[in-house]
Amino acid sequence: MFGTGRYSGWRVVKEALTGHKGWGPAWRDPEPQAAYDYIIIGGGGHGLATAYYLAKEFRQARIAVLEKGYLGGGNVGRNTTIIRSNYLLDGNEPFYEFSLKLWEGLEQDFNFNAMVSQRGIINLIHTDAQRDAFTRRGNAMILNGADAELLDREQVRAMYPFLNFNNARFPIKGALMQRRGGTVRHDAVAWGYARGADSRGVDLIQNCEVTGIRTEHGRVTGVDTTRGFIGAKKVGVAVAGNSSRVMAHVGMRLPMESHVLQAFVSEGLKPLIDGVMTYGAGHFYVSQSDKGGLVFGGDIDGYNTYAQRGNMPVVEDVAEGGMSLIPMIGRARLLRTWGGIMDMSMDGSPIIDKTDIEGLYFNGGWCYGGFKATPASGWCFAHLLATDRPHETATAYRFDRFRKGLMIDEKGQGAQPNLH
Amino acid sequence: MTQSNRIPGGQIDRSRSLSFTFDGVTYQGHPGDTLASALLANGQRLMGRSFKYHRPRGPISAGSEEPNALVELRGGARREPNTRATVVELFDGLSAESQNRWPSLKFDAMAVNDRLSNFFTAGFYYKTFMWPKAFWEKLYEPIIRRAAGLGSLSREEDPDQYDKGFLHCDLLIIGAGPAGLMAALTAGRAGARVILADEDFRMGGRLNAETHEVGGLTGADWAAQAVAELRSMANVRMMPRTTIIGAMDHGIYAAVERVSDHLPVPLPGKPRQILWRIYSHRAILAGGATERPIAFENNDRPGILLAGSLRAYANRWGVAVGRRVAVFTNNDDGLRTASDLKAKGMEVRVIDARKGEEVVDTAGRLGLSSVTIRSGGRTETFACEALAVSGGWNPNVNIASHHRGRPVWNDTIAAFVPGQGDIPGLEAAGAAAGRFSTRAALETGAAAAEGALADLGRSAPARDLPTAEDGPYAITPKWYVGGGKGRAWIDQQNDVTLKDVKLAHQENYTSVEHLKRYTTLGMATDQGKTGNVLGLAVMASLTGKSIPQTGTTVYRPPYTPVAMGTLAGRSRGQEFKPKRLTPSHKWASEQGAVFVEVGQWLRTQWLPRAGETQWRESVDREVLATRKSVGICDVTTLGKIDIQGTDAGAFLDKVYANTFSTLAVGKCRYGLMLREDGIVYDDGTTARLGQNEYVMTTTTANAVLVFRNLEYARQCLYPDMDVQLISTTEAWAQFSVAGPNARKLLQKLVDQDISDAELPYMGCREITVCGGLRARIFRISFSGELAYEIAVPTRYGDALIRELVEQGREFDAVVYGTEALGVMRVEKGHVAGNELNGQSTALNMGLGKMVSKKKDSIGMVLSQREGMNDPNGYRLVGVKPVDPAQKLTAGSHFLEKGAAPVIANDLGWLTSVVHSPHLGCSIALGYLKKGDERRGQRLRSANLLAGAEVEVEIVSPHFFDPEGERLRG
Amino acid sequence: MIINHPILGPRDSQEFVYLGDAALIDRPDGLAEGALDTFHDYLYLRDNPAGLHRELWYHEQGDRSWLVVTRNTLTHEITQVELARDVARARGRSK
Repeated sequence: MFGTGRYSGWRVVKEALTGHKGWGPAWRDPEPQAAYDYIIIGGGGHGLATAYYLAKEFRQARIAVLEKGYLGGGNVGRNTTIIRSNYLLDGNEPFYEFSLKLWEGLEQDFNFNAMVSQRGIINLIHTDAQRDAFTRRGNAMILNGADAELLDREQVRAMYPFLNFNNARFPIKGALMQRRGGTVRHDAVAWGYARGADSRGVDLIQNCEVTGIRTEHGRVTGVDTTRGFIGAKKVGVAVAGNSSRVMAHVGMRLPMESHVLQAFVSEGLKPLIDGVMTYGAGHFYVSQSDKGGLVFGGDIDGYNTYAQRGNMPVVEDVAEGGMSLIPMIGRARLLRTWGGIMDMSMDGSPIIDKTDIEGLYFNGGWCYGGFKATPASGWCFAHLLATDRPHETATAYRFDRFRKGLMIDEKGQGAQPNLH
Repeated sequence: MTQSNRIPGGQIDRSRSLSFTFDGVTYQGHPGDTLASALLANGQRLMGRSFKYHRPRGPISAGSEEPNALVELRGGARREPNTRATVVELFDGLSAESQNRWPSLKFDAMAVNDRLSNFFTAGFYYKTFMWPKAFWEKLYEPIIRRAAGLGSLSREEDPDQYDKGFLHCDLLIIGAGPAGLMAALTAGRAGARVILADEDFRMGGRLNAETHEVGGLTGADWAAQAVAELRSMANVRMMPRTTIIGAMDHGIYAAVERVSDHLPVPLPGKPRQILWRIYSHRAILAGGATERPIAFENNDRPGILLAGSLRAYANRWGVAVGRRVAVFTNNDDGLRTASDLKAKGMEVRVIDARKGEEVVDTAGRLGLSSVTIRSGGRTETFACEALAVSGGWNPNVNIASHHRGRPVWNDTIAAFVPGQGDIPGLEAAGAAAGRFSTRAALETGAAAAEGALADLGRSAPARDLPTAEDGPYAITPKWYVGGGKGRAWIDQQNDVTLKDVKLAHQENYTSVEHLKRYTTLGMATDQGKTGNVLGLAVMASLTGKSIPQTGTTVYRPPYTPVAMGTLAGRSRGQEFKPKRLTPSHKWASEQGAVFVEVGQWLRTQWLPRAGETQWRESVDREVLATRKSVGICDVTTLGKIDIQGTDAGAFLDKVYANTFSTLAVGKCRYGLMLREDGIVYDDGTTARLGQNEYVMTTTTANAVLVFRNLEYARQCLYPDMDVQLISTTEAWAQFSVAGPNARKLLQKLVDQDISDAELPYMGCREITVCGGLRARIFRISFSGELAYEIAVPTRYGDALIRELVEQGREFDAVVYGTEALGVMRVEKGHVAGNELNGQSTALNMGLGKMVSKKKDSIGMVLSQREGMNDPNGYRLVGVKPVDPAQKLTAGSHFLEKGAAPVIANDLGWLTSVVHSPHLGCSIALGYLKKGDERRGQRLRSANLLAGAEVEVEIVSPHFFDPEGERLRG
Repeated sequence: MIINHPILGPRDSQEFVYLGDAALIDRPDGLAEGALDTFHDYLYLRDNPAGLHRELWYHEQGDRSWLVVTRNTLTHEITQVELARDVARARGRSK
């Protein structure tokens, strides 16, 4: 009933020879209907993925995604594009491994080339204690069915001979590697899900900000928006970065703060770095995009903010990490910085859960790990919305884990969001 | 080669010639030239290739907005890819290479992409390369990645130095054109502290590129005179070659000063560049405007330039890009290019879009040879070497939008101007504010400075503006020439054409953000300085929305790209982080010690003796000698905090899980510190030296954090407690002296009696050593031996280690490092960093009883949550291999015998592993589910990363002297 | 950012360490009834406002003062800086 027809190499050739006249809109711009069965607030990666899987996997209909700006304008549009499942804790690793498996079949599934590229990720090791911790983590990954390898210094040197092996303040002693880790073209993820959802009848409504959530007798009835009231049986909130603002409509205080994470890209350079690497002695991680830009980042700025921009201390800190690890990048130029607002949760792990209000569901708290989670987050949130039961890989992501003392604290930093 | 296109005039020093090479060919230029102006003077219009289609390109601009003329500057480790030839100051011996072409700039095999452009439309890759699945990573992507990028890095360490600095001023003025100079004169004459920064090496902005007079002088001469006056003012700091890259919060601006880029190599001791953080009370954005092109077919050939830039090459650099010039404009400023060039004797033909005239096509494979125009329904082709294009000027709003405020559309000039108040304290003036005449620039510059002075409480001098042109700027928007079948470029570097924007519209990628991301418009190294407004204007015309309705993408720092080295400054290599050295470091270095990084500290890891080739030999010897006689270890790195006041004891009861107010004077106690969430985060021994005086020790890793948290508790939670804190970590050198002969050794140094009766286990005293030196002694033990920690003022630390070693000779004393320390603490079952992982409770560590429920301490309440008191949870255990010959590996996981290696069967992990020379085997501590109940059980320790498994026995974590007889001895 | 320290005057925020919402000053009584619930809310739940935010900063590279800074999380504008000890006393904290 909807859609643009399948994408394929043959079609690209055919269109090229006929003036590209056949390409239709990737998605419609429908007017909102009076009511839906499901409203997803937030047209970022997680919201779009949720709508897509609700329609495709859970066979639900009458679904709308409400986006206050443009589709994919959330953190799916501003991140460092890394996918991996190299987590330690039981509450996390099965979920992220599920996500990685979904990435591995995603493009064929939604018929959009998002350039999922598993060129490997390494976490560098600089101390014996780090090696012990990464060994524990690597083993946990394997126990969870993921892949992991421990590299020694010479194996790292063989991969990246230009790292600082000669004059490092904190010598490289090895690395934890996940070969199935890699990168994805981030915008394409949003567009692929959007196109896939739209073609299955989901209404994607841009420039539609939710200004209130209406409830009656403890049950959600719909949402007020800048384009009027829209009724709904179930409302799913997937607005990471702004979760506290949206949930404040129903008076809920969340276990999270909003922080800015800056990320960076250099000018385009001929290929240098094939995979993804994270520095273990500074705040720096890097990969190189298919266009040639070094895409890198570091720590969050560390103060509560909704401003989507950062300040110099973190920019410099990240550059210092980069220069100490890769001494040649002194003459590469930083082209652009950007800032995304993160839901920094109290234990560094997300929440996919029901709320005390019937029909209102919440997905957020992704800290700065949300991009890699996109497929599983959408799938698990769709599962919860459609069945009222958590997906088996997301059972730990509950609100009440803090009350029960069941925190999922990968970094062991406790209830201080800016340290996760 | 001759400078065939050099014409008279300009601000170059013709008395000197500079020799330089481009792609191996030697050329001559003059001081004052840029690489681009010198190449153009030599008739070299072709300087680069575009990113996607590898189209031949020359410069379209004369400034930092340049998208095309990118080169690899310098060679060897100093190679700088993607360098804009238009801003490179020429120096003698400069060498540059073209990039992103193979095998040569003139013949580039990758230009085949240009022929296939019909397939490589915007977003084509999202629609293909999906089958077969494996081919993306194996075939398609490697090809794409190989083709990606522009220039290449050297792969060698950058040899230059970079610095950082901090500047403070009343008024920062960004840009030294007429507006900026007038603002600086106004504020400078009023005595304000002014910083005037300009990205160019020659201040004056467009005054250097124009022919009209200012105050009866040529513009350039007036600018030079203003610069001279400003240089004479002590309150004005002139910063040429300095780009303001970003507006941060609270009046802080980041700036990059290119100190040495105009030299072959930096002068000795000088940095290449400096990153400045400028703290300003007020700022004026006088950064001028950037011209924008018009999209028409084949508008990207070398020789097609922005009109104002073509004029600048003629007026400032004495360069004719060609002798026959066409000018295509939709505004009056373009006409100025025509008249200036005519005055210089060039043949000029004007195509005025406002009269319905258009350029519809161009020709010339490696450089423009002719243009085709349409006028009144007639098309005509004529030969020319240069085409000047003006689609109007965009005020440089970037900096004013760095706080994400959006610029405001101004219909009169058909361009965006800065929004009011988007950055507190910043005002725009001159062309940056959309005021394009010289007179208006001078006026608004003066007015902005007067406003700033008023804000600063200073009176402004009487306004004294020079006479200047105040010509009109009439523009009728003309964005693109339609109707043709060929490609018309919008973003030249990324090869985004009119067709791509139309396709994005057709596919509903109509939001400006979608347009940018789908087509890559504005994502090249120029960040869309010339193409962005044009692109969104085209989209607006397609959607039928107005340009302001369509909006802009976000302007983000940096204004122009910044070298990573500049942002890092001196924090690289060994100077990445400060090094903290222990008091025994010098002595240990003399002994050939091996050091290890522990946070910022360097600690002795072990001290090899002659003949020892394996680290284990040294460590085993250190352990055995300590346990047999006596060993000495520098433990200065442990955090030390003096805590004094009548409420000191009560305060410690709040911050420790166990009780300290009841501790007797002269005694020490082991303490456990929880976070408020009930997780253990630090431990250490705290001694009570007096009724109101305690000395706390923390772990090395958490010294700073504990002190911070204590201050937090003191100031925020218990503000009326009488308690004072001071960190003394660096005030005391502290050594552990451990082993059966520890007391005998120390008694040789300590002036007082330290017999067991006088100083029992867990006792502490203030003492003197070596005949009167003030010191402290604590009878505490991490090794399980009879042990003391002795502290002297840090400056005596080196003397003390030497004295301990000297006096220890009769006992065969050893000095041991962190490895032996680790071995002995594991043998003794003490937790350390690997167990204090921020995820473990006191109960996990077997220390649950230490958390007092009788008092309200930090973490006490939440440590009682059910999930943290699971009877089936992790408990600290000792681990031994069943076969002593087998080695354990930390990070291995416990599995039952016969259990499949899946997460459901995971029982825990080995936290710390050492080789115990006493037990003659590998031993470990670990967290094991129901560990207390599993003593004596045999499990598997699986290191799946290495495919290795060891059968282990679960034992008590106290491997050595479990009754503690030795330490009480 | 610049924090106008009540004792030391304007200082770059880089000299400080950030903790979070100043409501952390209002630590409940651990020995009171229902402490598990009050501590859960106290430690884990946040208003996280978009707008004015009172927050704790520690002058670690300075005089070790804990400060309560009132800052707008949308614009970063700082409108008030107080010593945390004064705020704590004003909110009834003592020993």
